[in-house]
Amino acid sequence: MGQTIVIDPVTRIEGHAKITIQLNDHGEVADAHFHVTQVRGFEKFVEGRPFHEMPSLMARICGICPVSHLIASAKACDKLLAVHVPPEAKNLRRILNLAQITQSHALSFFYLSSPDLLLGMDSDPAQRNVFGVAQQHPQLARDGVRLRQIGQQIIEMLGRKRIHPAWVVPGGVSEPLTAEKREAMLAMIPEGIEIARRTLGWYRSVLDLYAEEISAFSSIRTLFMGLVGEDDQLEMYDGSLRIMDADRHIIADGLKGDDYAEYINETVEPHTYLKSPYYKPMGYPDGVYRVGPLARLNLVNTCGTPLADEELLFFRTLDTQSSFHYHYARLIEILYCLEKIDQLLHTPDILSDRVRAHAQPNAYEGIGVAEAPRGTLMHHYKIDRDGLITYANLIIATGHNNFAMDRGVKEVAKRFVRGASLQEGMLNRVEALIRTFDPCLSCSTHAVGQMPLQIQLLDPAGGIVEEIKR
Amino acid sequence: MTRVFTLTIDDREATGREDETILQVARDHGITIPRLCQLDGLSNIGACRLCVVEVRGVPKLLPACTTFINEGMEVYTNSERLQKYRRTIIEMLFAEGNHICSVCVANGHCELQSMAIQLGVDHISLPYFYPKRTVDASHERYALDRNRCILCTRCVRVCAEIEGAHTWDLMARGSQTTVITDLHQPWGTSESCTSCGKCVQVCPTGALFEKGNAVGEMTKHNSFLKTLAEMRENDK
Repeated sequence: MGQTIVIDPVTRIEGHAKITIQLNDHGEVADAHFHVTQVRGFEKFVEGRPFHEMPSLMARICGICPVSHLIASAKACDKLLAVHVPPEAKNLRRILNLAQITQSHALSFFYLSSPDLLLGMDSDPAQRNVFGVAQQHPQLARDGVRLRQIGQQIIEMLGRKRIHPAWVVPGGVSEPLTAEKREAMLAMIPEGIEIARRTLGWYRSVLDLYAEEISAFSSIRTLFMGLVGEDDQLEMYDGSLRIMDADRHIIADGLKGDDYAEYINETVEPHTYLKSPYYKPMGYPDGVYRVGPLARLNLVNTCGTPLADEELLFFRTLDTQSSFHYHYARLIEILYCLEKIDQLLHTPDILSDRVRAHAQPNAYEGIGVAEAPRGTLMHHYKIDRDGLITYANLIIATGHNNFAMDRGVKEVAKRFVRGASLQEGMLNRVEALIRTFDPCLSCSTHAVGQMPLQIQLLDPAGGIVEEIKR
Repeated sequence: MTRVFTLTIDDREATGREDETILQVARDHGITIPRLCQLDGLSNIGACRLCVVEVRGVPKLLPACTTFINEGMEVYTNSERLQKYRRTIIEMLFAEGNHICSVCVANGHCELQSMAIQLGVDHISLPYFYPKRTVDASHERYALDRNRCILCTRCVRVCAEIEGAHTWDLMARGSQTTVITDLHQPWGTSESCTSCGKCVQVCPTGALFEKGNAVGEMTKHNSFLKTLAEMRENDK
């Protein structure tokens, strides 16, 4: 009789999830699923609130990437005002967003995934955490802490708070940048770049050790979606959406965020609270796509900053369908973000005091799209004539990746999990697949609470045979 | 002729005119008594009960804003008992409404919030009511969020006493009490409202605010009130 393995909770991710692996009578993996186990209701309880509150309200979805929600929400509110946000304010928002991506990527890579990469997938789970990393490779741990700090400090200098800054407002930002803060930010960039390059060097040196995982994590081939800027460059704030197939052929380009409902649909699977969006013209599941660092680097021609573009050359030689390379893409993006912040801080009008456009609501509907650390983030609001929210729809980066995570789990489980001789390292590889996506499940379900991960091993009748909880 | 009384406040000697309240005399002598509904320039109604004080020989607590001084009075403004009552009042105000400071337009500029900080209220021990209350954003320039209203009636008084419009009033009783405009109609349709905005400026919380403000941006400016009151006094 077959069994079911349950990994519950999945660890070293942002949020609550569990994985179930169904075995057949021979102890081989028959099926596996990734379940997100909570619901929060942000879309519903914001109804009736004045839209000017939305950026700060929506930022509360997450403590890791509040800035991403601030940006997407403010962009949706800009549309409600129907104003042109001053270009200097856009650049300040860009810097904030890039600092956010830097710190979030650093958290994902150094704190959550580097234990697998440094200590090995089969190492002692008691050691396989950021403290184990600090013991074995103190420099790596220190670099991770420092990179996060740089990102967080830039956020704090701009927004006055590291978490949930209220500085991004409908129409722009609430106060301009001072020369003093600009210098303080610029002073941190060289060290950040040095850390990013050092880490990239180390990462490339260990890449060969994970050939099997890289190959296993590539078994799910999907479309990619993300924002692309002018000249085919990496763009985290504006730009238009591009969709590319698994062979890097562009199948749709110049898509406007405002029209997302025309080309994106969401489907509901019975085993999870997280919806699965897909590209409408290709249907479900063929139209399923991935977003985030891997998608973004696949979609663009260049990053647009010199050091990141150098790294991109090597990245292009890899099988970039493999979700394992999310890690590599994430490190390249850290480098890009720091270089880009430096560029933006050197733009001539960055200290301008024209940073906000004022207006009453002039449109009843607004859609804001931006790139969050984990991928494309969409906020869609409707208001009544008094400016109170009547409808909100959020499509979160982790949601876009839901199908790829769910199917990826099955493929990776098939490759590594042997029911007859079950070992912890096998299950850790299944979790590691999920970690490559850096899912933020509290964001994607807009849900409450902490989010550990669990794995369940089920027999063919659905009974729990083994359960790993953390 | 107005008499002058001598009394003690917190064991310190104090003097004041017979038509002055304990709150006024205490303030003249450098003693600040917490209050939320009282605002200089408006009539005093003793609604919030934060300014309650102990008077020797009187078994109950008296609101300092509506109690006039008397000869030989011994007043205590800050005993442990009073501090406890005041903290409880603040807790009740928080528990009775829906006060989410982090996403409020008045965050950082709210008298309820700063009073809670001043009195050391760092958590709410009472169960929250989570009442279902409405937002009226029908006015072109201002909005009312009843979730944040503490029923201090400053808006009612400033509108009736200073502006002379009496657009605002209270409706219903107990925990159902709510501020309304005219005959309980959307603010934007009120014919008596002059859109002067005095109610917004005197509101101690984010219940009344100017539209277009994002979180933490609504600062209140009510110094006009004292100036207006003084000018009118001089005209008499």
